Amino acid sequence: MKLTLKIWRQKSPKDEGKFETYQLDNASQDMTFLEMLDAMNEKLISEDKDPVAFEHDCREGICGSCAMMINGKPHGPGKEITTCQLNMKAFKDGDTIMVEPWRTNSFPIIKDLVVDRSAFEKIMEAGGFIDVDVAAVPDANAYPVEKHKAEEAFDAAECIGCGACVAACKNSSAMLFVAAKVSQYALLPQGKIEGVQRAWNMLMKMDELGFGSCANTGACETECPKGISLAHIARLNREFIKAGFTKLAGEKR
Amino acid sequence: MTVLDSKIPEGPLADKWTNHKNSLKLVSPANKKKMEIIMVGTGVAGAAAAASLGQMGYKVKVFCYQDSPRRAHSVAAQGGINASKNYRNDNDSDYRLFYDMLKGGDFRAREANVYRAAEVSNSIIDQLTAQGVPFAREYGGTLATRSFGGVQVSRTFYASGQTGQQVLLGSYTALKRQIAKGNVTMYSRRQMLDIVVKDGQTQGIVCRNLVTGEMERYAAHAVVLATGGYGTIYFLSTLAVNASGAAAYTAYKRGAFFANPSFIQIHPSCIPQLNEYQSKLTLMSESLRNDGRVWVPKEKGDKRKPGDIPVEERDYYLERRYPAFGNLVPRDIASRAAKERCDAGYGVGETGYAVYLDFADAIKAQGKKTIKAKYGNLFDLYQKITGENPYQQPMKIYPAGHYTMGGIWVDYNLMTTVPGLFAIGEANFSDHGANRLGASSLMQGSGDGYFILPYTIGGYLADKIKSKPLSTDDPEFEKVENEAKNKIERLMNIKGNTSPLAFHKKLGKIMWDHAGMARNEEGLKKGLKEVTDLEEEFYKDLKLTGDTSSMNQPLEKALRVAASFEISRLMLRDALNRKESCGAHFREEYQTEDGEAMRNDDQYMYVAAWQYKGDGKEPVLHKEELKFEFVTPTKRSYK
Amino acid sequence: MSNFFTSSIGKKFIMSLTGLFLIVFLIIHLTVNSMIVWDSSGELFNRAAHFMDVNIAISIIEPILAIGVILHLIYASIITLQNQLKRNVNYAALGRYKKRDVTKESNWPSRNMYILGAVIITFLVIHLINFYWKMKFSGDPLLEEATAAGGNVENAFALVTNKFQIWWYVGIYVIGSIALCLHLYHGVWSAFQTLGWSNRKWRNIFNVIGVLISVVLGGGFAFIALFVYIQSLI
Repeated sequence: MKLTLKIWRQKSPKDEGKFETYQLDNASQDMTFLEMLDAMNEKLISEDKDPVAFEHDCREGICGSCAMMINGKPHGPGKEITTCQLNMKAFKDGDTIMVEPWRTNSFPIIKDLVVDRSAFEKIMEAGGFIDVDVAAVPDANAYPVEKHKAEEAFDAAECIGCGACVAACKNSSAMLFVAAKVSQYALLPQGKIEGVQRAWNMLMKMDELGFGSCANTGACETECPKGISLAHIARLNREFIKAGFTKLAGEKR
Repeated sequence: MTVLDSKIPEGPLADKWTNHKNSLKLVSPANKKKMEIIMVGTGVAGAAAAASLGQMGYKVKVFCYQDSPRRAHSVAAQGGINASKNYRNDNDSDYRLFYDMLKGGDFRAREANVYRAAEVSNSIIDQLTAQGVPFAREYGGTLATRSFGGVQVSRTFYASGQTGQQVLLGSYTALKRQIAKGNVTMYSRRQMLDIVVKDGQTQGIVCRNLVTGEMERYAAHAVVLATGGYGTIYFLSTLAVNASGAAAYTAYKRGAFFANPSFIQIHPSCIPQLNEYQSKLTLMSESLRNDGRVWVPKEKGDKRKPGDIPVEERDYYLERRYPAFGNLVPRDIASRAAKERCDAGYGVGETGYAVYLDFADAIKAQGKKTIKAKYGNLFDLYQKITGENPYQQPMKIYPAGHYTMGGIWVDYNLMTTVPGLFAIGEANFSDHGANRLGASSLMQGSGDGYFILPYTIGGYLADKIKSKPLSTDDPEFEKVENEAKNKIERLMNIKGNTSPLAFHKKLGKIMWDHAGMARNEEGLKKGLKEVTDLEEEFYKDLKLTGDTSSMNQPLEKALRVAASFEISRLMLRDALNRKESCGAHFREEYQTEDGEAMRNDDQYMYVAAWQYKGDGKEPVLHKEELKFEFVTPTKRSYK
Repeated sequence: MSNFFTSSIGKKFIMSLTGLFLIVFLIIHLTVNSMIVWDSSGELFNRAAHFMDVNIAISIIEPILAIGVILHLIYASIITLQNQLKRNVNYAALGRYKKRDVTKESNWPSRNMYILGAVIITFLVIHLINFYWKMKFSGDPLLEEATAAGGNVENAFALVTNKFQIWWYVGIYVIGSIALCLHLYHGVWSAFQTLGWSNRKWRNIFNVIGVLISVVLGGGFAFIALFVYIQSLI
C-alpha cells in the first residue's frame, strides 16, 4: 500500500526541527509499524538520506524503548499496545500518517523521534526501590502477601517506563509512572515500611524535574500500553498526603 | 595439554563453593573504595552484579546501549525462575536442580558450576522477594510455583508471563539504589567498541557515546561483561533486535577464549514467521506447555480447521514419543520434534511450518478463568500479533532462535582467559551445557550477579590493591581508540549500495539454513563459505549515511553486523568440529534410528574453547575436558 | 509540611478540600432556593433567607466560604498556569483543527476545568451583585418588608422572582448552572481521587456520586430559574 508519512526530523537537541513528508509505496498491511519505518529507512538510505532515528529494541512490547506519537496518539491507534505492537492493518492505502516524538519539556529531543527520558531515571533514583541490601533478607515465605494484593502490585509493576502517560497528559504529568512504583511497593509488606517516605521523595523529584500536576483526566490510563489503573494514582495521593501529615506531626522520617 | 585451568575447587560437590568462598581473598572496605570496576550490560546479571558490588563499596561504572538499564533484554523472559526451595514438598533439592540442569544440558557443562548455580538459587528468590518482585502467590500468601520443561518437580517461581520483566526490575531498582547512594555511576547510550588490555591484564574499555558520537575511554581494575548472547545471528529470533554479542566478540579478539559457540538454543514455542517483512519473532513461554498440548494432524496436508479434526485423527507427537515427560520435554527435543513433523509434511498453517499448541482440554478441565489467570497476558500477546483467539482455537507455534549456551570461556571464578576480564550471565558459557532448561537463565544471571561474581572478583582484586587503574591517556588507550575509530571510518567509507539491515537479513538466512536446528557437514561447510562471501561483500557494498558525530543508528547496526559475521564463522567452525549430536547441537549424521541425538562421550566430552589468532587466520581449538566425578553421564532420555 | 502545600499533590489537596467544602455550601444553597418552588407565596423562602442572614453560625461560615472560593480560585490559577508551561512545543497531529484528537482519551470537562471555573466565577460575580450585595448591603425597593410567621423579614422572594422574569438573566443563570454541572461532573470524583480515597471499586461509586451531585446542583439551580420564568409567562 502507499502511504504519506509526515515525520518530525530534528538533527540534534540544539537544532530546529521540522516535519518532512515522505512517500512510501511498498508498505504492506502485514508489517508492524516499526517494520514500516524500517522499510522507509531502507528507502532513505538508498536515496543517500539520513534515516529517521527512533528507539526500539525488544519489539514485543516489554522493553519500553519505542515511543512515538502516531496521528496524535501515543503508540498510535489501538488499546494497550506499544508502537512495536502496532500493526499496519490499522491503516489504509493512501493514508497520511503523522509521526512525532513525545513532547514535553522534561523529555528533550535527542534526534528525530528519540527523546531523553532520563528524568524517569532520576525519579527512580529518588526512591523507586526497596531499601534492602543484597543478602540481608529473610526467607521468601517469611512475609506472606495476600494473593489479591500481590496481583494488584503486579498490575502496577507492569509499567515499562515508556513515557506514554507523560506524552498523553495535557499537563505532562508523570503521576502514573510514579504511582505505579509507589503503589507496587505500598501494597507489599516488604515495601510498605518506607512507603510514605518513598511517595514523598519520588513525587518531590517529579515536581522538581518539571513534570506537571495530575488533573485526573485519565488520558494516561487510556494510553498506557499496560493499562495501568488510575487507582494507583489514588494510592500515591494517599501515601503522599500521609507523608505530608507525618511531617506536620513532626515525626522524623 | 591444555592451557585452560578451570580452577574447580577440590572436595565434595556440595562443599566446593563453600570451601572456595572461604579460601577467596578479601578486599578491605578502605581498599574497596579505591577499586574500580566496569560493568558492561545491565540485564539481570549486570544490574545485579553492579548493585552487589556497589553495596560492597567498590567504585562501579555501568554501561548500556539503551537509554535505561531497565530495557535490557532480560526484560522479555516470560515463564519464570527456578529455585530448589522444595516449597511444594515434591522432594526437590539442590542436587535435583543440579542434576536436571546437567542432564538438560546433555552433560556438556561443568559439574561444579552447575551445582553452584543450583546452590545459590534459593537466595535469589529470597533476594528478589525482598526487593519487591511481585511473584505469584497462593491464597495463603506464600509463593506459588509451576512446572517447566525437562523437570518432574514444580520449582519455577513466576510473575504472570512477565517474570523476566519483574526480575530485571528487581535488580534494576537495586542498581538505582546504589546509583542514588553514589556507589555506582551509570553511563547509558554507550556502545562498547573495545577492551583495553595491557601488561597481560584488563585495563578498561573504549566506547562510543551514541548521542554525541564521541569516543570515550574508561579505565578500571577489572571489566565485567554482562552483554548477553548472540541469538540475533539468525536475524529472526526472540531477542531484542539490537542485541548482538558484539561486545563479547571484542573480548574474544582481545584474547578471551570463546567456548562452544555452536550451542544455541532454538525455542520450540514461538509465534511462526507470518510474512517476509518480519523483523522479530515473539516467544510464547514454555510455561504454556504445562497446560497446552502439542499436536499436528495424523494425515499429511490436512487442511481442515483444527476444531474439525477429531481427537483420533490428531497426532500428539510429544506425548507419543516421550510418554514420561510428554509436552514438557526440554526445548531442544520439542524443537526438533516440531521440525521433524513439519519437514515430513504434517505441519499446519499456511506455510506448513507450524504446529498446534492446544488449550481446549485445559480450558475444559480447569475453566477459562483459571487458564486466563495463569496465561492471560500471553494469550493477549498472541492475539495482538496473530489476530487469533487462543481461547477458541489452538495457537500455532514454531521454533525460533532464542538463547546462546555458548559464550566467553570462564573459569570457576567467572574470569575469562584475560586476567581482570570477567563474563557473567548469558555472555559466558558456563552453566547450561549444550541446552538450557527453561527458567534457568534468570536464575543463572541473578546467581552470577548477586552471589557469585561479587565474591570471586574480590579474589582477583585483592592482589591489585596497590595499583591504580591505567591512565586513560596511556598510549594503549590511544591505540585502541584509534583502532575503533578506524573501524568506524572504514565502514563509513565503503559507500556501497546495501544497508546493514539487508546484510543482517542475508546472514540470518544463511545461518538458519545451515546452522539452525539441524546441521550437517556439507551444509556447515557451505555456510562457512557463504558467510565469508557475504562478509566480503559487506566490506565492499555497505552503505551508511549520516555522520559519526551524532546519533547514527545504521552505524551502530553495521558495527554489530560486522561482529556477527565473525561470530557466525566461529559458530560454523565449532559445529563442524563437534562430530556428535548433543543438546541443541544436532548433527544429522549422528542420530539414532528413531531420530534422537547421538552423543559421543569418548571423543567430545569437552568444552571447545576457541582462541583468536588474528584476522584471516584459523582460530585455535583448546579442549577443556569435562570430568564427571559425581554423576555418570547417561543417555539423555525423556521417554 | 510547608513544601507539602507547594507540591503538586499538595496544591491539588487544597483544591479538593475547598472544592468539596463549596459543594456542601451549594447543597445548602440549593435547599434554600428550592423553597421558591415549594411555596409560591414566598413565605417559606423568605424565612429561610432570613435565617441564613441572622444565624451566627452562618455568619462565621460566610467568611470561611469566601476564603474557600478565593483559595480554590488562586490555586486553580497557579496550577493551570504552571501546567501550561510544561510543554513548550505542542503536538501537531492531524485532525480537523490540526490539533491532537484527545476525545477518546478523556472527557471534555476534565480537560477544561479552568475554563468552566472561569465561567462559574463570572456568573458568581453577577449573581453576588444582583442578590447578595443587595440583600446584605445596598438594599432594593423589592426587598421591603414582607410578612412571615414570627415577624417581618426582607422580601428576598420578591427580588429573586422578579429577576427570574428577565429572559437574559435566566439565560445567564442557566449557563452558569451548566458550567457548574460540568465542573462538578469531573470535580467531585477528582476531589476524592486526589484525597486518595478512590480505588478500583470506589472510583465507580465516586463517579456516580459525581454525576448525581452535578445533575442535582446544576440542574436544580437552572430548574428554579426556569420554573419562575415559565411561571411568569403563564
